[in-house]
Amino acid sequence: MSKPKLAIYWAASCGGCDIAILDIEARILDVAAAFDLVLWPCAADFKRKDVEALGEGSIDLCLFNGGIRTSEHEAMARLLRSRSKLLVAFGACAHLGGIPGLANAFTREELFAEVYRDSASTDNPGGVLPALRTAVAEGELELPEVCGALRPLAGVVEVDYTVPGCPPQPAQIWAVLETVIQGKPLPPRGAVIGAGEKTCCDECPRRREEKKIRRFVRHHEIVADPERCLLDQGIVCMGPATRSGCGALCVSVGVPCRGCYGPPPGTRDQAAKMISAIASVIDSQDPAEVEAIVAQIADPVGTFHRFSLAASMVKGAGS
Amino acid sequence: VKTIAIDPITRLEGHGTIDIFLTDEGDVAEAYLQIPELRGFEKFCEGRPVEELPRIMTRICGVCPEAHHMASAKCCDAIYHVEPPPAAKKLRELLYSAFFAGDHATHFYALAGPDFVVGPTAPAAERNILGVIAKVGLATGKRVIQHRAGCQEVVKILGGKAVHPVTSVPGGVTKGLTEAERDRIVALAREFVEFGELSLELFDTLVLQNREYLDLILGDVYTHRVYSMGTVDSQGRVNFYDGAIRVVDPAGHEFATFAARDYLDHLAEHVEPWSYLKFPYLKKVGWKGFVDGPESGVYQATPLSRLNAASGMATPKAQAAYDRMYETLGGKPVHAVLATHWARLVEMLYAGERTLQLAEDPEITSREIRTVPTETPTEGVGCVEAPRGTLYHHYATDAKGMVRKVNLIVGTTNNHAAIAMSIRLAARKLIRKGVEANEGILNMIEMAFRAYDPCFGCASHSLPGQMPLEVRIRDASGEVVQVLERA
Repeated sequence: MSKPKLAIYWAASCGGCDIAILDIEARILDVAAAFDLVLWPCAADFKRKDVEALGEGSIDLCLFNGGIRTSEHEAMARLLRSRSKLLVAFGACAHLGGIPGLANAFTREELFAEVYRDSASTDNPGGVLPALRTAVAEGELELPEVCGALRPLAGVVEVDYTVPGCPPQPAQIWAVLETVIQGKPLPPRGAVIGAGEKTCCDECPRRREEKKIRRFVRHHEIVADPERCLLDQGIVCMGPATRSGCGALCVSVGVPCRGCYGPPPGTRDQAAKMISAIASVIDSQDPAEVEAIVAQIADPVGTFHRFSLAASMVKGAGS
Repeated sequence: VKTIAIDPITRLEGHGTIDIFLTDEGDVAEAYLQIPELRGFEKFCEGRPVEELPRIMTRICGVCPEAHHMASAKCCDAIYHVEPPPAAKKLRELLYSAFFAGDHATHFYALAGPDFVVGPTAPAAERNILGVIAKVGLATGKRVIQHRAGCQEVVKILGGKAVHPVTSVPGGVTKGLTEAERDRIVALAREFVEFGELSLELFDTLVLQNREYLDLILGDVYTHRVYSMGTVDSQGRVNFYDGAIRVVDPAGHEFATFAARDYLDHLAEHVEPWSYLKFPYLKKVGWKGFVDGPESGVYQATPLSRLNAASGMATPKAQAAYDRMYETLGGKPVHAVLATHWARLVEMLYAGERTLQLAEDPEITSREIRTVPTETPTEGVGCVEAPRGTLYHHYATDAKGMVRKVNLIVGTTNNHAAIAMSIRLAARKLIRKGVEANEGILNMIEMAFRAYDPCFGCASHSLPGQMPLEVRIRDASGEVVQVLERA
């Protein structure tokens, strides 16, 4: 019997998801033994035409990381969708857009102007910008088009499962792969897998008290108490609005959660969840005072939507 | 004009395309390396609190997030005019050294290794890490995996996460080291040193004792005479975390030594409309196009150029390996691009020794790891040696520390012009009229850029995403006659 086929692909991502897969360590050899690898650009020499030559639905499992930013990403997403039985949005960028989704707060023209014209080291007196077609002495060169906004994978094709995290933690990755290798039943399609069913706070080792916040501080401004909840100390921590599953890594080393595992079960919008969590802990009933306390939060959009702006209902989402 | 395309280039971090134009006679007229993406970190970091940037900039690259984390944290230190306590700097460098030991191993075994260990023209299906393991044996293969795991463990102990560490903040680090953790790192670091030695031995057996490979390294297909850049300590030795930036000319004479904060006096970036990636060059020499020699501002910032720019290594075993490399290759500087693989292994040994040195430093378990900033934030530059080249982060903020302006020159980007030139040179030497541009030849062209360990994920920090490389071969009328792509 032939082995099931595995494809791993990266679109608008940083490569950290691929490294996280390697971080399952020696079990990568089990993966190599269990699957026929048909695509993994960062590690193996397979070509796009090899994937095109495969029949529809012939890839058993495709782990797709990265958001969709260019016409080429979109084409690959559609190709892999048609060839894959199980298409998994793998990691925060494919899931929610991730940090590159913060670019959705700006237009493509603003990005280009900054990078190719206004940045400090750029020497570009002629105002040259990258062009989709450029005539050179020998002929013409083409570049793929950068889309107006970044979209999560589910904004382009139907996704069967989502593995959250920036990056997904190796133990969770292995749990998912092991389930598939052993042919164990998976939850209903559309589910988030490789994560917990609670919030980051439920995994956090810090001591929580009744929250009464009168002042927010930024995490570099104080040396936080190592035992107490960071939010209790006035440091904005996304734990209450974030799905469990990472093992509370950041908060365990004295740094607040930024929400990479996405919204907890039953929550559509991570920022909305965080706003309600913040609202419930402010120690004041006076609207003016509440407003003044909330105003101490630096960059609420970029913090509450650190990983989810491209999937949110605010400006830029899916546009 | 006939053209050949390689798309996507594989076994690199990120995406790229190579276009090769042929003349009517079938010789190479010109070759272009295109980076088809941009993510815009410079723009979307505007308006963010600057202390968040060490955690945002990591997402430029998941292969070397540690480099961006460190450069960004050092930039924040400068912006807040704050000096981290000595133990905090050592903890950062400890994390960084362990990262280097792992990153260089990943490149050598998983990305470049297939070309040398399995063979440059071996079947594509074997040219990967599994092919390498098949060749060197499962025991060595497992050792590679174990080494990577050890390096990732140190990064996780110190940085909180193995990919995208989080603990460096303006003025220090949030996590100190317990005695038990220190002991664990000392034990691992001893293994890193052993593994570094083992890897140099393997290189000796598999590459240096193979006449064909040695000829390939020293031959004219992969040789360029350009400027070399790298960071050096107060004694002129290679350092990854901190120091002055030194540039030597193609003959090996010192051309400039400068502090990171003065980088704009020395570097500028040229824009071409056919690539999303810019081309940095030495400002005082000037942009003269894709040419080498002392009159051209093109430079390299790679493991090889770091060794060329420095007077030596700061640890004994790495120093011995450094001496041996230059003796074998005929003295400093070396311009054979494929020798970069050797230089990378010398640095990997240094990274192991440096990890051990720092872990055994009595101060490493100090609890003095934070200086809370009190000054008004302004502007700053943070610089480290990333595995793939000198990395510059430059931010300006308002008085509340909210980011107003960002500029980045990223490891691989330094080498963009040199990589393009290496590809053109290899294409011209390897593709001739009457010679079919088969897959093996195209892989040997890819080897020209793979030596740089290019990370176009990093380089395309400017918009989202990455895509592996494509080579298109076009005939004299511009028709694509052959496409080699991998995706």
